[in-house]
Amino acid sequence: MMSTIDLTLKIWRQKNSDSLGDFETYILRDISTDMSFLEMVDVLNEQLTREGKDPVAFDHDCREGICGMCGAVVDGVAHGPDRETTLCQLHMRKFKSGDTIVIEPFRSLAFPIKKDLLVDRSALDRIIQAGGYVSVNTGGTVDGNSIPIGTETAELAMDAAACIGCGACVASCPNGAAMLFTGAKISQLSLLPQGHPERKERARSMVAQMDKEGFGYCSNEKECEAVCPKGISIRNIARMNREYMKSLLLGE
Amino acid sequence: MELNSRIPSGPLAEKWDSHRFESKLVNPANRRKFRVIVVGTGLAGASAAATLSELGYKVDAFCLHDSPRRAHSIAAQGGINAAKNYQNDGDSVFRLFYDTIKGGDFRAREANVYRLAQVSTEIIDQCVAQGVPFAREYGGTLANRSFGGAQVSRTFYARGQTGQQLLLGAYSALSRQINSGGVTMYNRREMMDVVVVDGKARGIVVRNMITGEIESYGADAVLLCTGGYGNAYFLSTNAMASNVTAAWRACKRGAAFANPSFVQIHPTCIPVHGDYQSKLTLMSESLRNDGRVWVPKNKDDKRPASQIPEEDRDYYLENKYPSFGNLVPRDVASRNAKEQCDLGKGVGSTGLAVYLDFGDAIKRDGADVILRKYGNLFQMYEKITDSDPMVEPMMIYPAVHYTMGGLWVDYNLMTTIPGLFALGECNFSDHGANRLGASALMQGLADGYFVISTSIGQYFGAETISPVNTSDPAFKEVENEVDDRLQKLLQNSSDGPQGKVTVDDVHKELGRLLWDNCGMARNRQELEQALEELPKIKDKFWSSVYVPGAADDLNQSIEKAGRVADFLEFGEFMIRDALAREESCGCHLREESQTEESEALRDDDNYSHVSVWEYKGDDQAPEMHKESLVFENVTPSQRSYK
Repeated sequence: MMSTIDLTLKIWRQKNSDSLGDFETYILRDISTDMSFLEMVDVLNEQLTREGKDPVAFDHDCREGICGMCGAVVDGVAHGPDRETTLCQLHMRKFKSGDTIVIEPFRSLAFPIKKDLLVDRSALDRIIQAGGYVSVNTGGTVDGNSIPIGTETAELAMDAAACIGCGACVASCPNGAAMLFTGAKISQLSLLPQGHPERKERARSMVAQMDKEGFGYCSNEKECEAVCPKGISIRNIARMNREYMKSLLLGE
Repeated sequence: MELNSRIPSGPLAEKWDSHRFESKLVNPANRRKFRVIVVGTGLAGASAAATLSELGYKVDAFCLHDSPRRAHSIAAQGGINAAKNYQNDGDSVFRLFYDTIKGGDFRAREANVYRLAQVSTEIIDQCVAQGVPFAREYGGTLANRSFGGAQVSRTFYARGQTGQQLLLGAYSALSRQINSGGVTMYNRREMMDVVVVDGKARGIVVRNMITGEIESYGADAVLLCTGGYGNAYFLSTNAMASNVTAAWRACKRGAAFANPSFVQIHPTCIPVHGDYQSKLTLMSESLRNDGRVWVPKNKDDKRPASQIPEEDRDYYLENKYPSFGNLVPRDVASRNAKEQCDLGKGVGSTGLAVYLDFGDAIKRDGADVILRKYGNLFQMYEKITDSDPMVEPMMIYPAVHYTMGGLWVDYNLMTTIPGLFALGECNFSDHGANRLGASALMQGLADGYFVISTSIGQYFGAETISPVNTSDPAFKEVENEVDDRLQKLLQNSSDGPQGKVTVDDVHKELGRLLWDNCGMARNRQELEQALEELPKIKDKFWSSVYVPGAADDLNQSIEKAGRVADFLEFGEFMIRDALAREESCGCHLREESQTEESEALRDDDNYSHVSVWEYKGDDQAPEMHKESLVFENVTPSQRSYK
């Protein structure tokens, strides 16, 4: 049943990439438990605006857990306490009146902070640009049913393809690795036959870009899988490692 | 204003092929001499940018997010139509064309819609080739499901995340072009205006959303792929940043706007739960494949759903429309839901909801099958409402979802500004007065992958494009105007927020006015009232809106303010259009024009046209022109889904 709660928020504020940041504390009253987390932040921002203060800058867009724009570390957990839930899908019924909630950006070496909770995740785009595609131009492709793909493969590929590129995996990894993100895309395209011709080169290029961006290495902490809002499995990392190994050993 | 649709002559089924032959080409070695700007990198923009770059053109692509993969195309759930007839149930290009034209209530151009149906099959092939993980049958072939407004199973899907997977396919093609250098990608840039030189679109002026800098970019052609304007209603299924700014600015520079009042209200969305609500969440139409829509027969029956037996339930869609049942097109489903709630039979705490019940489907097919089809959608629903559709029926209510109206374009997708093209949801072209489910994805990709390349070739081949770059004074002039507008947004803010309103305050007021007076059911009195109220809301905005921060910084408040300012102006076009069209068709229901069964009653004698609005100035009413619609291949009939 819906109720209203009072909260203390400790939010990271930072003017821009060149400034130091710090936590600021805000009190919010009468927050409906039916509200989503970001609707709660909207309420805070309206309050701050009416007080003549600078609202909290944060990335968000679809508010339905699919675009990957939103994300913050809430009480130490990327996207907050609910499993397989993005920040925008987290609802205030997961909190109690009197709670203090600590909200920080997705921090990582490869994700510079631009302002408050807003970070630069373009490194993830560059990893995809390095090989997260099938090299096929528009037009002249074969009929969609020419290459049968079994349901099990199709489901695994869809599981991997479900990654929304939010970066929660990077933010929660103690090493700041992007293995789950990269592994998911490499997996999708190595499972599907359309990705086979380029699979070796893809694995090499994407991993090389990942390293170049300053992401860390994987030491099997599994924090990434635990916070992934789409439930992407670390088996995708294992699959990427196999693809990478094969490409090094068998060459091309 | 001259409207030449440039529909090719000849039999319907040959128009596109003959057009491609007749259209000029640009020699591969010459293509690199041309630069194209693409604004918006959703399905239409990403596919267009990738395709044009593959062909050899130089492309500059812009999006307002941190990455092209964030476009709201990503949220589309249910699927994409194509006339493959893999299910052997009677589908064909002509049938898809017919279903779409009929679904649009005979207010779309035959030639455009036929072409859409024709290239639909190539879209599926392209996506499969890119590694889009469509659902498969056990034998390995592509799976299909049914969608509203059709009696064949022609929708291809990837779980309940088809939009995401199609967008990621286009994004991957775009990424490959960015890597090869063919496309230069500019993220976090909001288009503020179009630059027209000697009557041709020659570039854009954008605001860098991180630094606040105003930047000019020149090109030989500009493609707007900027989506729909549902957020004029404040609450819609659109993403928070979705806006009308790019299209509206183009309109003010001379690009006519067609059918602005044609707004689709999707029947199955999660009902509003509070004042602070930021958007409405769509529950895919695919759910209507298996879910049954009902309300209690008796309006005073307030028992929980599980306690209401079959005989006390009114499965109103099944009863009223036996042959289409729950799969009637969206406008029909939405209006019926509204009717039931107006009669007092609505459910939930607000009474503004109806049930979508999976009980029978679960009994028939088993929980596993239902979960496999809809698992992620049920999960999304449960996160928001704390209720599990496997246990109790979903509650749904109509919400603004898609805009059939958009920039007027000819057969080449060019607007009334030469060199300015509009693709995807931001153009008006293919869906008439009502879009069928699973066709928006189809249209965005049709425009971007398969249509624009011919149009660009024709434009560059036929016109002499003189060299123009950003040093042309026209650019500086527009930059100054953009800067002035930004400063004007801050004009009330230097002395603090006391006694002022916030941007959201005004946006909500505008949204309420449009929803109440220009929503699912419209009438002259309320529309005229809206025309009187709108200027008052606009005045309130310009005289007392408080916008914190500065323009030359990362400032999300000024971003919102600019978009709302444009919605306030654009709203007038929507209301005037609804007033001028004194018939009902598709999504546009004028209460004064209904059949005895409360269905939309068209007036083909007087309204078989596209209403095309020309901006005449800030203090003048826009001027309406008409593009006559001629139907040679279908006979407009009263739509019946009984």
